[in-house]
Amino acid sequence: MKAGILLFPGINRERDMILAVRQSFGHEPQIIWHKETALPASLDLVIIPGGFSFGDYLRCGAMAAQSPIMAAVRAHAARGGYVLGVCNGFQILTESGLLPGALLRNAGLRFLSMDTLLRVERNDTVFTSHFAAGAVFRAPMAHGDGNYTADSATLDRLEGEGLVAFRYHDANRNGSARDIAGIYSDNRRILGLMPHPEDLVDPLMGGTDGKPIFDSLAAA
Amino acid sequence: MTPSVAERAKPMVNAELAKSFGLNAEEYGKVLEIMGRTPSLTELGIFSVMWSEHCSYKSSRVWLRELPTKAPWVIHGPGENAGVIDIGEGLAAIFKMESHNHPSFIEPYQGAATGVGGILRDVFTMGARPIANLNALRFGDPALPVTKRVVDGVVRGIGGYGNCVGVPTVGGEVNFHPAYNGNPLVNAMTVGIAAQDKIFLSAAAGIGNPVVYVGSKTGRDGIHGATMASTEFDANSAEKRPTVQVGDPFTEKLLIEACLELMQTDAIVAIQDMGAAGLTSSSVEMAGKGGVGIELVLDDVPQRETGMSAYEMMLSESQERMLLVLKPERAEMARAIIEKWDLDYAIIGHITDTGRIIVKHRGVVEADIPLAPLSDAAPLYRRPTVATPKPAPLGRVDTSAPLGEALLTLIACPDLCSRRWIFDQYDSTVGGQTVKRPAQADAAIVRLEGSKRALAMTTDCTPRYCVADPEAGGAQAIAEAWRNITATGARPLAVTDNMNFGNPEKPEIMGQFAAAISGMAAACKALDFPVVSGNVSLYNETEGRGILPTPAIGAVGVIEDAALAMGIALKPDTDLVLIGATAGHLGRSLYLREICGQEAGAPPPVDLAAERANGDFVRARILAGEVAACHDVSDGGLLVAIAEMALAGETGATLAAQGDAAFWFGEDQARYVLAVSDATALIAAANAAGIHAELIGHARADKKLTLPGGIAISLTQLATAHESFFPNWFAA
Repeated sequence: MKAGILLFPGINRERDMILAVRQSFGHEPQIIWHKETALPASLDLVIIPGGFSFGDYLRCGAMAAQSPIMAAVRAHAARGGYVLGVCNGFQILTESGLLPGALLRNAGLRFLSMDTLLRVERNDTVFTSHFAAGAVFRAPMAHGDGNYTADSATLDRLEGEGLVAFRYHDANRNGSARDIAGIYSDNRRILGLMPHPEDLVDPLMGGTDGKPIFDSLAAA
Repeated sequence: MTPSVAERAKPMVNAELAKSFGLNAEEYGKVLEIMGRTPSLTELGIFSVMWSEHCSYKSSRVWLRELPTKAPWVIHGPGENAGVIDIGEGLAAIFKMESHNHPSFIEPYQGAATGVGGILRDVFTMGARPIANLNALRFGDPALPVTKRVVDGVVRGIGGYGNCVGVPTVGGEVNFHPAYNGNPLVNAMTVGIAAQDKIFLSAAAGIGNPVVYVGSKTGRDGIHGATMASTEFDANSAEKRPTVQVGDPFTEKLLIEACLELMQTDAIVAIQDMGAAGLTSSSVEMAGKGGVGIELVLDDVPQRETGMSAYEMMLSESQERMLLVLKPERAEMARAIIEKWDLDYAIIGHITDTGRIIVKHRGVVEADIPLAPLSDAAPLYRRPTVATPKPAPLGRVDTSAPLGEALLTLIACPDLCSRRWIFDQYDSTVGGQTVKRPAQADAAIVRLEGSKRALAMTTDCTPRYCVADPEAGGAQAIAEAWRNITATGARPLAVTDNMNFGNPEKPEIMGQFAAAISGMAAACKALDFPVVSGNVSLYNETEGRGILPTPAIGAVGVIEDAALAMGIALKPDTDLVLIGATAGHLGRSLYLREICGQEAGAPPPVDLAAERANGDFVRARILAGEVAACHDVSDGGLLVAIAEMALAGETGATLAAQGDAAFWFGEDQARYVLAVSDATALIAAANAAGIHAELIGHARADKKLTLPGGIAISLTQLATAHESFFPNWFAA
């Protein structure tokens, strides 16, 4: 699996993501600047990391969603390419229309930075094959706008069609609808989630709970 | 010649105007002498900010010279934008702590946010990628509504800025005391990493080289911020709100990336951030340090507002701006890198051989000042000092409160309770290198990317000790920082100091300052712990009442193998051993204040030889792999330290040692609690080294703390007491 990491101004977790990809994939991801208009040839996976793209002074991710590179990402997705968006990356995917719903300010109106437990809703996707069925794993959160919302028909459809990827297991601190922490696109080739599995891939940093996501992708 | 509209609007420059700019009659006399004429408004502005307490250190410099600043591992000590030390593998740690006290009271969110932004720039301007932020915060009485507003704004501001720039906020300290009512302290520290052969300095060179402005546009914000920070507050301080700057962490993030990218080339001759006194201090310092002259053409400065005067542009403290001197043949390549990051780039002048700063605007020379006297003739005061009287000995103390009740009261009080509510709002994991997060160890541990090595970092000061005995308090602040680094297994290397005091024109305040420096210097010498950077914040007074003297210490150490870094979390089936002698010192302790309602007596004495011996012993045991958990004994004493270890490890303990309240809650220094599997061997090794060690208990998986006498407190009860203060305060 050949991975590329998008870099928008204000993205700040690209280094964490590079480390996680390097460890599981065994090679360096390509870094793709937001002003590019095409993705590198034969790229399998586009990763949009966390941060504050364009300062998030407008709605989180709204500016990045209009960047030149996103047209190429939409085309990649339409071809059935894989996309992973974490935190600001998830917000950019919803703002781009590649995933349904939106991420609002956290219910308590404060930035939340702590570990959370996530429940793996299905382990038969390209992102989760290295998790056991029903696995619960730990991941750091670090966001001000992680409160997932969508209209009830959309939420029903996400649940009915098995498109919920992860749910908050210990506590729903940001107020997300139906405890949703991450969702898939209809073809389950696009994943967006708020917490940061890429920050828990090394025992020294407190554990390797997030590593199965990258191992799953590497094996795909 | 008919004066322009702008000319006519300018106030008359005279002694009275100089006074309103913060220059006294004698200082204004010196200005006239240097200039040989009445200065222009812009010139007066430049003199007033360069000679402000904030920029000139005129009251503190004579004392700061007493601090030791050298060691074989010190690469650059005080005098640069930040201190630089050798951390091995060809790498350098670059760090500094700086105050943003005055702005943070007037406008807590922006004051704290721009404090973080400013200290970040001091570090990356030297070529370092920032890898950690820390802070040291002091607030007033929690019972006052204004305190809650200030705490909320400051915490949101620190998080808002640090989270966005993507530098993890990994450590800090918070105290409350009524002496900080109306004068909170916000001290922010940044630590960065650079290759030792890629360190950038600010001394300008190369006659004719372009002077380049990079970053945000200049606006009318923060004019005279440095002067504001050099006076006391009064009832009208809210009127100073327009002197507070507004931060833009997104632009700062771009500035970090753009500067670090440019630093990979050979384009930069010199670089300096525009901090306090903005364009004035950066241009004056760069040219002054290089022994050259500088000519600026302000028409070319990127401006956010129209019609700005030379005076306004030179004095603006708009944030997120840098000044560079470039090699002329690299200027266009540099422009391409800066503009790639969507930042303004403008050549606004050049380096000259005149030894003068010349500022032109709209074809008029607005300032023409010789640089040497501007710095050399800057005022320097050895202000009168009065020694702080030694505190009366502590009388009899009522220690009848039951041990368990006293513990529950202490770990719930604002100065000892969990800081989770605060650090849960700071991104502590971004970067993927945070080995020990807040509250997991006595110092934060952040690994160096691509290395096994990690830095240990802490901030410390105990102002209630300093007010009773500033010399002992100064020494204690250094010793506690050294101890906190040691307790993780890291080797303490160097210190940045942030001296927060009241009005230096009062002899008793200057006496506190001098004594604190003296105590710090002694401790730094004894512990081989030089001061490599720092900041002085004076005039921390409101309505004539000063703060507690607060020499906040930021410290950095290194551990060769991050996997050996020790935390405080207790592990089951270990013995608890206390290292260091206990006399049961209750003077100025939190027990005395929170349980007995007294702030009295002398602070605990600091025995620097014992600090050194005990610390070196503990560090060696940790690095030998003999220790399962380690925590220094500080605020609240031994029983509080054990309770914190139990909570962090979700592991209970049964305490065997017998002692009174003074034993369990005394704040004697140079002590550590170690959890080990073999207490006998540890105690024997300690005794062989002449170090006091005693078995105090045994850790169990039973989730309760069993006190001597058999009374048990469940960890749930302890946790509830420890975790409640902040959430309850902000729920109310």
